[in-house]
This record gives sequence, C-alpha cells and structure tokens, in this order.
Amino acid sequence: MPLLEIKNLHVHYPIRGGFFRRIVDTVQAVDGISFTLKRGETYGLVGESGCGKSSAGRAIIGLNRVTSGKVLFEGIDIAQLRGQARSNHRKEIQMIFQDPYSSLNAQKTVHSIIAEPLRNFERLSSKEELRRVQTLLDRVGLSPESIHKFPHQFSGGQRQRIGIARALALNPKLIIADEPVSALDVSVQAQVLNFMQDIQKEFNLTYLFISHDLGVIRHFCDRIGIMYKGRFVEEGTVEEIYNNPQHMYTKRLLAAIPEMDPVKRAEKAKQRRWIQAQYEETFDRFLDPDGKALELKKITDTHSAAVQ
Amino acid sequence: MNNNLLDIQNLRTSFHIKGKAYAAVDGVSFTIQENEIVAIVGESGCGKSALALSIMGLHPTKTTTLEGQVAFKGENLLTIPQARFDQIRGKEIGMIFQDPMTALNPLHPVGRQIEESMGQHLALAKEERRNRTLELLKQVGIQNEQRVYKQYPHELSGGMRQRVVIAIALACDPVLLVADEPTTALDVTIQAQISDLLKELQNRTKLSILLITHDLGVVSELADRVIVMYAGEIVEMAEVATLFHYPLHPYTRSLLKSLPGQQSTKTALHVIEGIVPSIQKLDRSGCRFAPRIRWIPEQAHENDPQLHEVAPGHFVRCTCYESFHFPDDHIGDDNNAITGN
Repeated sequence: MPLLEIKNLHVHYPIRGGFFRRIVDTVQAVDGISFTLKRGETYGLVGESGCGKSSAGRAIIGLNRVTSGKVLFEGIDIAQLRGQARSNHRKEIQMIFQDPYSSLNAQKTVHSIIAEPLRNFERLSSKEELRRVQTLLDRVGLSPESIHKFPHQFSGGQRQRIGIARALALNPKLIIADEPVSALDVSVQAQVLNFMQDIQKEFNLTYLFISHDLGVIRHFCDRIGIMYKGRFVEEGTVEEIYNNPQHMYTKRLLAAIPEMDPVKRAEKAKQRRWIQAQYEETFDRFLDPDGKALELKKITDTHSAAVQ
Repeated sequence: MNNNLLDIQNLRTSFHIKGKAYAAVDGVSFTIQENEIVAIVGESGCGKSALALSIMGLHPTKTTTLEGQVAFKGENLLTIPQARFDQIRGKEIGMIFQDPMTALNPLHPVGRQIEESMGQHLALAKEERRNRTLELLKQVGIQNEQRVYKQYPHELSGGMRQRVVIAIALACDPVLLVADEPTTALDVTIQAQISDLLKELQNRTKLSILLITHDLGVVSELADRVIVMYAGEIVEMAEVATLFHYPLHPYTRSLLKSLPGQQSTKTALHVIEGIVPSIQKLDRSGCRFAPRIRWIPEQAHENDPQLHEVAPGHFVRCTCYESFHFPDDHIGDDNNAITGN
C-alpha cells in the first residue's frame, strides 16, 4: 500500500460578491490531480506561481478545505475525518514552510516553538518535554543554549533548522516541504538540502517537495509531477522528465533553466527562442476547449503526459 | 583604456551603528566600459546592494559615510552638488529594483509612471511623452501597449510588471542601468524572458548594465565580466567564461561547488563551513575567508591580502588560492570547475 494516495483532488476557492456576499464564482486552484507517494521516496511538485502546487500541498495537510476527491493516507481518507480521528492522523503529516523569517513566532523562544506540537498532541511532564526538545535541537545541529533564544538571534539557515525540528517533533511519516530553500542563499541552501536528506534516511521519511526551482528538484527528487493551471501535464521519474520531456509546457520550463556554461549561452538562447515559437504555435493542441490540460496518457509504466 | 563609463576607486560605504562606523563596502575599485554588462555576485551580507545604493546615492546621508570615488563620465558622483546629481540619476543612470510590486505605485496607471521621469528630465510635450511611452512599452516586449498604458500595476502579471519597471528605467535613454536582482522575484520562464530582454537591449542600444545578483545562473547567462564579493571586498574579478571555467578564489570555487548540479545525484552538496560574518563582528585583518577554510594552513594567507592580477583581466585576492583544495579532494586534481564533469 502506498503511503499517500491522492485521487482526483479538487480545491476550489469561492469568489464572493454582490448582495450578501454570495458566491459568484470559483477559482479552480487544483482541478483534479491524482498521484501516489511510496514510503521513503521524494516526490517533487513543480510549476510556476499560480499553478496550484501550494494549494494541493496545503489541502493534503488540511490547511485548505478539500472540495472533492480523496486523500488516502495509509488507506484512510483523511479529508473526510473529523474530530479525534482526524487529529490522530494529523500528527503523521507535518509541514516545512518557505520563509523561515515569517513561519516562526518572533515572540516565542525556540523551546516553546519546538514544544508546541508536543503540547498539542502529547501529555508530557515539563521535564520530559525539555528532554525531547533538547534531543531535537541536537538532531538538527543547533547548540543546547539556543533553547532560550528567540528566532531573530539566528541566521536564515538556522531558522529553517528550527522549523525542521518543529516538524520532526511528533515523528511524522510524511513531510510536506513548500519551497523550503527558495528564501536561502546557495551555500545555506546546500546545508539545508543535505540535512533534509540525512534525516530522511534516519527517520525513513517521505517528502512531498514543492518547488519552482528545477535545479533543486533535479537534485533532490525521485519522481516529479508538473502542474499547469491546477492539473498535471506530465509525471515521471527525474530522468524521464529531464531527458525525455513529452509535453510542450515541460519543454518550455526546462528550456528556461539558466545555462551554467557562459560559452554555450548564445546557443541556449537560440534554443529557447525556438521552443518559445513552437510553444506559441502548438500549445492549443495540448489543451481542452476550456484551456485546461488534457487527461494524462501513459507513456511508460512510470511516465505519463497530457498529450493527444 | 579611457572609455570608462563608470570608474569606482576605493569606495568605502560605512554605516553608523551605535556611534561606531562599520564598512559594508570596504575599498572596492572597478570600472564599467561602454556597452558592457558587469555582474556583482555574492551572498546576502557581502555588500553588493550597499554598493549599488552607493552608486545611486540612495543611502540615508545621516547614518552613512561614503568615501572614495564614483566617477561617472569623469564626474565624481560623491562630491557633485545634489542638483547636478538629480540631473544624472534617472536620466543617464537608470535603476531596476528587485520586486516589481513594491517598485511601482499601485495608485497610478503604468503609463503615467513611465512618463513621470520624462517630465523631470526631457523637454517633451504631453503628446510626445505619450508616444515615447508607447514606444518603450513595445521595446520591452509588451504587445498590447495601448491597453497596458492605461492599466494599473495590480492588473498585470509579475513578468509584465518587471517589463514596466525596465521601461521606466529606460525612459530617458540611460547609458548605464543598475539592476539589483532584476529576476529574483520572478518565475523561471519569466526569468529567462527578462534576461533575454536585457541582453537584447545591450546589443541594440549602447547600454551598459551593472547587474547585482546572488544567482550564478543569471550571471552565466548575461554578464561579460564578473566581480565576486565577500565581506565587503572584491575577492575575484574575471571575464565570465574564465570565472566559470577557471575559478581561483576559494570562495568562488566553493560557491560553484555548492550549486545543485546538472545531473540528478543524491549525493550531498558541498557546504561552506561557518556563516557570513556580520559587519559588526567581521575581523578586518588578514584574509576574510580564512575562518571558513580552516584546513588551509595559516601561512598560505597574506597578512594584508591584495588583489593580484594572475592573468590579463583576472584578479584574485590573497595568495591562499594557490594551496587551496576542498577537504575531500585528493591533492593535485583540484582544478575542477563545474563544467569539468
């Protein structure tokens, strides 16, 4: 059984207006996506801003309401659960946020930030709680004295580690990381990515990694889903997507990765112009009459694309 | 060479913190030629934005001291009267800011915002200003310029807004563009479009660009020459191809090595030990990068590190690059640039 199975997930936001603020229209942020996560793997959700990747992540963890569809976590539809049953499962999924500057409460000490999930879900004596927080701090490589400090006393990379310690506090099985390194400098980014890989092995974690950075995704993920306007346009292993992209949108996204060899940049710019021209000419063929992506079609066992 | 458009000599920008002055830009010298794109790279805290703001004269004068020389076409911008500076800034030097949403005024249509600086600097009639604005919008790749002219910033996408910001910077035909992280806040495909646009503008007009960024991908795509900054100083300066193929300074090499590579490998990325020192805690004697490469013996560093010209146009600070190797390298094969794979 896969750890997580998403079936035809829809997340729609109402637009209210007019008399009594009635619902006049909806934004279909996530419009029917399906994918599965195997235990211990890293799945990358990629797309440009507004494609619905963050909405999907937030719906899975329960921060957005699921409009329709199933979120099966170990076979149980957690989108339908309420009350105690929901909160029992809620512990198993945790989130790492993008901006380590705004995702930590500036008025709380590191101790109470990391202890908060423990206080919500487990009844511990203050001694036990302190011990757990100390172990977590040690695990993410922060010094023991940082327990009494406040977030502003740390660098960006250290703050992201505090966020990771908080996510690890309840021993989750799945971690949803929404752009965890895009606000960080390259060298700090390397630190955090390495660290996330270490703890993945140690705790046998599964990651849903949401990002727009194709370089980071390529380095970090096993499989990738590419989203466009709330739907998948292509899904496959890293090798399949990067070496044999099928959908025009994927091709255009890959062409936009900067060329790291300045000698070849003119060639790359030419290739980009060519793909852009092709994109403008043929993109209609990849869309249904509503301007949404077509149904996914299987190409190999692991690779599928929304092509005709 | 006397076609230096911008000639910066020994620039020192100090911030006053609790009664003491700390230099964020600490003795920086370089030039920009006509029709050249010079990129300044470094991580946050290296002084690259402080440098850009010093050139534009945008630091608050009460809490900042500027020393040295910023000569633009032979005039030192640090000493000329404010009235003269106002004639140059916005006319001959344009600026592009990082975040197009905060750089634009949400209350005015974009056409009016582009015309604003023309009103200051050019003697044009209302109708001429309007025509020129429409022309500019077309130049930066906006197709339905008549409509966009009347639209407000919130009606435009991120890429369109950044194009408008570029149009504002170009409004008075500048010869130098200072671009502070022009693509950072944008999506990948839009990033590529904006870099292609800047490159095209350089080719078509006689424009020079000072590009400030932390993104080595943008540097590789755009720059003619690259300056790497660390802790307020230039640590390496070279032609773009040289810098990417034969990086010398330990900091440059570490930065290039810490990028997620082109292959999908689940091996660990290179991590630079320690953190960028804050300007108050920075030790200003000796090699400033030394604390982050402790495995290199102390005698490898100079006491007072200078910029050495190791090949024509290729400058490196300190002598530590000669004996530098990564801790996990086999000594001897340490000349691998990122393109060496």
